[in-house]
Amino acid sequence: MISRLLLAFPVFTVVALVILGLGAMLLKRNLIKVLMGLSLVESAANLFLIVIGYRQGGVAPIFTNVPEHPVMVLPTVQALTLTSIVIGVATTAMMLSFAMIIYKKYGTADVHKIKKLKG
Amino acid sequence: MFSFCIRHLPALLIAAPLFTAFVVPLAGRLGSRVRAAWVALGAFATAGIGFALAAKVLGSGPVTYVFGALDHAQTLGAAAAFPIRIMFEVDAFSALMILISSLSSLAITIYSLAAESRQSGLDIFYAMLFLLVAGVLGMVATGDLFNFFVFLEISSLAGAALVAYRIDEGVAVEAGLKYALLSTIGALSVLIAIGILFAQYNALNLAAVASRLQFGTLDKIALVLLAVPLAMKAGAVPMHFWTPDSYAAAPSSVTAFLVVSSQASLYALFRILYTLYGHLLQFSWVTFGWFLIILGVLSAFVGVTMALTQKDVKRLMAYHSVSQTGYMLLGAGVALAVLGNAEALAAFGKTALAGALFHMFNNALYKGLLFLTAGAVFYRTGTRNLDRLGGLGHTMPWTMAFFMIGALAIAGIPPFNGFASKLLIYESVYRLSPFLSILAMVVSILTLASFVKVFHAMFLGPPRAEYAEAREVPRPMLAGMAILAAFVVLIGLLPRPFNDHMIAPAVEALLDRVGYIATILGGS
Amino acid sequence: MTFAWTLETGSGTWNPLLWLVAFGVAVGIGLYIRSFGRADNREGDALKPFISGNEEPEDGASHLPASNLYWGFTDALKAYYQKVVPLHSGIPTDYVAWMLGVMAVMFIIVLAT
Repeated sequence: MISRLLLAFPVFTVVALVILGLGAMLLKRNLIKVLMGLSLVESAANLFLIVIGYRQGGVAPIFTNVPEHPVMVLPTVQALTLTSIVIGVATTAMMLSFAMIIYKKYGTADVHKIKKLKG
Repeated sequence: MFSFCIRHLPALLIAAPLFTAFVVPLAGRLGSRVRAAWVALGAFATAGIGFALAAKVLGSGPVTYVFGALDHAQTLGAAAAFPIRIMFEVDAFSALMILISSLSSLAITIYSLAAESRQSGLDIFYAMLFLLVAGVLGMVATGDLFNFFVFLEISSLAGAALVAYRIDEGVAVEAGLKYALLSTIGALSVLIAIGILFAQYNALNLAAVASRLQFGTLDKIALVLLAVPLAMKAGAVPMHFWTPDSYAAAPSSVTAFLVVSSQASLYALFRILYTLYGHLLQFSWVTFGWFLIILGVLSAFVGVTMALTQKDVKRLMAYHSVSQTGYMLLGAGVALAVLGNAEALAAFGKTALAGALFHMFNNALYKGLLFLTAGAVFYRTGTRNLDRLGGLGHTMPWTMAFFMIGALAIAGIPPFNGFASKLLIYESVYRLSPFLSILAMVVSILTLASFVKVFHAMFLGPPRAEYAEAREVPRPMLAGMAILAAFVVLIGLLPRPFNDHMIAPAVEALLDRVGYIATILGGS
Repeated sequence: MTFAWTLETGSGTWNPLLWLVAFGVAVGIGLYIRSFGRADNREGDALKPFISGNEEPEDGASHLPASNLYWGFTDALKAYYQKVVPLHSGIPTDYVAWMLGVMAVMFIIVLAT
């Protein structure tokens, strides 16, 4: 029972991260903090991908140093996560630069005041 | 050489715009003429490859393409040694979307060669534009869930960067931020859903996942995580708020392609509902059919009523694209609601779906045309405010003619193309509920009313002194609009051949879930 | 040939070419009726437009701003517009909240059925 809970622990972490991230996005008014919330959700998604790729007793598919009868794990999700991290870096960088320009032009980083386009 | 090219068409479809995009900055170093020539070459090459691929698919059935293997049998199926490879599966529905994107990208690139020529930073502009094209083409061609996520992100990133490109005192950046924020959170939701599906079925290939799908609780969660963000990206009410903001702020040529990008999301939504889940939706299929119908009705009505009061011409048109998306959701929703009832499906479900897909094609044409005319007016007058425009019909007759064609088509006036697809939707949807049909017609009338307003405000009346200098826009801009206008008229006059050779195969492909799986996995 | 190009909708048909022919005939009839009109009617003979007794404004000074055009319609639907327009608040996080809200509703519906 305990060991199963331990195995499920990363999934709980993922859920907690998603909730924290979404909470930050919806409740915080500072644009940078909203983007931090988004980053948290992104990390949660990446962590989730890694979690589902875990196989008990499996080893990484590196052929230089393996045990006798290795159970190698196909590193699909790890590859996906790498891709997703790269995309995440790009989006975060772009949105932070947007935040910078908005702060320069509007003089505020309060999301409730970034509403020149409405109606 | 020729057969080599034909064989690798799906790869070239992505490679051509990507290569164009990354070489643009180099070409720009050699001067603006070299850059323009390179961009034009890239646009023609991309569109040509798109047309060739679509023609091949419509002529001889679905095309599959595996990256890094000779054919898909080595990747999936009994003899598969290595089950994860990126795979493209282009069936008739994808071919339809590829046609839309190719045609639209060609027209807007020609248009932007003149429209953007007075601006700075063109190297990155064109690079981003072609990245956007590559992203959209990838979204509609891929048969792999994770690969879809990657292309979705490519198109969102390039789209957001283009929306924000002309900073415009920060307003454009605000629009770009909203677009990027929603796209990213939506894409993350899609990614988590893909993770859930992968964890259960150990596959990322759409056909493979579809063949193994059980529709347990986790699959239901994954379905919601996939469907809602894609509906948001398509601009369905009540998740449409980003659409007017970003469509209004983006350069007009980009807006015309953002419409196509929205429709690529709509494509993905239909693909997931019909192909990935399909008949497995079991009792939920009615629920999801009505989910689409309700979103569609809300989009159509809220979109058009919000459009009626707008003052900014591009914002007004953006609300109309929300409203037009409503028609597509409505048609596809009706077909999904009767998916389990073979009799009803044959009687009116297929017609409704055909209307929806036909409308997707038509919408990309006339909506793109309208945004391009709005851009042409902005190019000469420097304002998008309808209260300040007027009397341009005297000086810009061609732009006015193209605007009229687009406006009549969007309002569903015969004999333009919008009428044909709307007729298919009206005359099938009423079999499920007459109320839906009546509402769709009311929306059409309001659409006409609001375009009468735009036409009156931009082109009618005596010439205004402040726009005395305005004259017709440069030839390439007219050419871009003319391409789209020609297709609007052509399809309007000949809807039947078009329907039989492109829409009907797409409908069959979308409904034939088993066939889609069998194309990859063999057997049935 | 033209009949093969009729779009069938299941409940009706649509043939743009026939429509064009009918349209042409209608225009022809219209022109025919018009030809009964008096040939001696010249421009300038017409009365001045009646604008509630006001003088006709000078050419070029009579632009009707677009936002006034559907005042009657928007005024009649005031109750609707007063509810819907404020929803388009323009605040980025509101947009996210709407999407999550729809997602939550869909979760409830899908998991309950």
